[in-house]
Amino acid sequence: MTRAMTGAKMVVQALKDQGVDTVFGYPGGAVLPIYDEIFQQNDIRHILVRHEQGAAHAAEGYARSTGKPGVVLVTSGPGATNAVTGITDALMDSIPIIVLSGQVPTFMIGTDGFQEADTVGITRPCTKHNWLVKDTERLADTIHQAFHVATSGRPGPVLVDIPKDVQFATGTYAAPEAARTSHYQPRVKGDIDAITRLVEMMETAERPVFYTGGGVINAGPGASQLLRELVDASGFPITSTLMGLGAYPASGGNWLGMLGMHGLYEANLAMHGCDLMINLGARFDDRITGRIADFAPHSRKVHVDIDPSSLNKVVHTDVPIVGDVGHVLEDVLRVWKSRGRKINREALSRWWAQIEEWRKVDCLKFAPSARTIKPQHALQRLEALTRDRDRFITTEVGQHQMWAAQYLGFEAPNRWMTSGGLGTMGYGMPASVGVQVAHPDSLVINVAGEASWLMNMQELGTAVQYRLPVKQFILNNERLGMVRQWQELLHGERYSQSWSEALPDFVKLAEAFGAKGLTVSDPADLDDAIMEMIDHDGPVVFDCLVEKHENCFPMIPSGEPHNRMILSEDTTSDTIGASGAVLV
Amino acid sequence: MTALNIKKGSSKHSAYDLRTPFSDHEETHTLAVLVDNESGVLARVIGLFSGRGYNIDSLTVAEVDHEGHRSRITIVTTGTPQVINQIKAQLGRMVPVHDVHDLTAEGASVERELALFKVAGKGEARVEALRLADIFRANVVDSTLESFVFEITGTPQKIDAFAELMYPLGLIELARTGVAALARGGGGA
Repeated sequence: MTRAMTGAKMVVQALKDQGVDTVFGYPGGAVLPIYDEIFQQNDIRHILVRHEQGAAHAAEGYARSTGKPGVVLVTSGPGATNAVTGITDALMDSIPIIVLSGQVPTFMIGTDGFQEADTVGITRPCTKHNWLVKDTERLADTIHQAFHVATSGRPGPVLVDIPKDVQFATGTYAAPEAARTSHYQPRVKGDIDAITRLVEMMETAERPVFYTGGGVINAGPGASQLLRELVDASGFPITSTLMGLGAYPASGGNWLGMLGMHGLYEANLAMHGCDLMINLGARFDDRITGRIADFAPHSRKVHVDIDPSSLNKVVHTDVPIVGDVGHVLEDVLRVWKSRGRKINREALSRWWAQIEEWRKVDCLKFAPSARTIKPQHALQRLEALTRDRDRFITTEVGQHQMWAAQYLGFEAPNRWMTSGGLGTMGYGMPASVGVQVAHPDSLVINVAGEASWLMNMQELGTAVQYRLPVKQFILNNERLGMVRQWQELLHGERYSQSWSEALPDFVKLAEAFGAKGLTVSDPADLDDAIMEMIDHDGPVVFDCLVEKHENCFPMIPSGEPHNRMILSEDTTSDTIGASGAVLV
Repeated sequence: MTALNIKKGSSKHSAYDLRTPFSDHEETHTLAVLVDNESGVLARVIGLFSGRGYNIDSLTVAEVDHEGHRSRITIVTTGTPQVINQIKAQLGRMVPVHDVHDLTAEGASVERELALFKVAGKGEARVEALRLADIFRANVVDSTLESFVFEITGTPQKIDAFAELMYPLGLIELARTGVAALARGGGGA
């Protein structure tokens, strides 16, 4: 079906045909024709954010929690440049978002017009692909291609820059099925010979471990289901990166917890000591590997990734497999079953006995306090009081993020939204807005630090406007906690610029926005306060005043291997020797 | 000291330790990249190289299929085998890239470059320049009483050698096209 219509109408029609129900955006001069079309229809809901960075993060939250691409609409110049951090965040974490930006009319491009910026130039390195559409005839086609590129292969952000005269001009609308098929068709099926080699290795491995990442989540709920089947049937232990939490349930018997710089002791030592590492959809990030030369030194490594450039990028792999994790898992299960479901049972039970020894270290224990709220305790209580609910968690970036990953349990994929690769402070508040828009009846909690939260706190206005009952669970230590921790451990306790002397009164701030504010500082009041937060039917800013100098452990110091973890405050002081709690 | 020999505030480690466990032997490879001839495609490829810190020794680009809107980019790059593989994988996943061929790894290939040399001089030096140009099968494409412009085609090594000889004879300006390359034999890229 083809029809003549204006470019602006085409944008809205293309979004409808792509199944879009929500757009996060902010109007401006160069997108007014599109906003005029949005005004004249009811199929697509527009969420007016307070800053374009918020729109991009909200779209990420929407995408991550639904598995559908998020859509952002911004104006030219500052509208587009403000979105750049969110776009880069989506690139690093492989989140599919489609950003539509207005541009000055084609005849003004290059003249330094009002609100002109070279948007495709600026966003070229931070998108999977981007397009400047100079002809209305090509507009619908380009938008359909943008959806295809954003959601195929390794997902990621794309941007379509649309000059204002292209929005006004009339052209022929091309429906998705009539659009030119892109040659961009990443391979999803893994090489069956390599998969068979993986199965052979699984059959004989003495100390195997699954190391899973965000790729499992991106491969869809079916991949998580297959992962659970394979892990439970093989009996192998499994750990995950920050991005992959929830693919295998935290309550599952083979779960070791998160690995990496602030990962669990048993997870990191299992990685260090394994003889077969099966990496599913993770990318050997430097937060995971520590010192590369000593990373899992006695292991053979299998790496499944849909992006060929992830294979052998930083760590040499013995069996690289290009493919979608879901497709590959399906084949692995089929081959493994057809060969008789063999595993090295005897060695595996010895391996589990060793892992149980490591578990006894109880690396997440912390010194409780009756006077001040320990941040770990606050998260334990949050977990206990929300675990059985229909719950989504977003976070900001820093200590609270790592504690959330350590102390909250995720039973299903798409329930955990965090900025992993880019580490964007200010991600969580707008992301919680995006998640709540997609899941209006669910409990959406942003675990935040006060410093991160202030970076995009203006989005509280969005939450109030659209009656989104997001809960902002702020662990307030009046510090840039992670910066402070590094300064303590690595920079001679010189706390350069890592605290604010002028924090707002968060309760008054919430009330100024029309939200509810709560503050709690006594551990005895914590449970009641959390329940009050949950029970309030509207957005809540929960100011939880916590211990100011708590450090996040376990910690692998930079440049150290996995078996050189610091477990607690004690092991950073001079009191414990090599035979002590470090247990190397 | 502590178990880790880390006293508070004593470590000078940075946040990253990205020393590669791969071979550090560097190789030079010629890559042929077939791309959609769309606006910004060259900027994408160059941006990839600068953004990820890869070397470009030579780069040529021109449309080779007007109907199909295809351009061929020939890149000569130097890196460890792992870096070369990364470059190919990174190029291969770009949306407008149709094909990446490593002409160095995929068998024999022919490489040619064209260069223009402006050599100024009088007397014996001028005669010697003309004599050497003849040996190198360079053509004179412009001449004054005190200068020549030579046109020479050949491998980059041949052009390097010619340049070396021309410097003492009054080479004042040099323009090179960069390498164009094709695989030998009947197969197409």
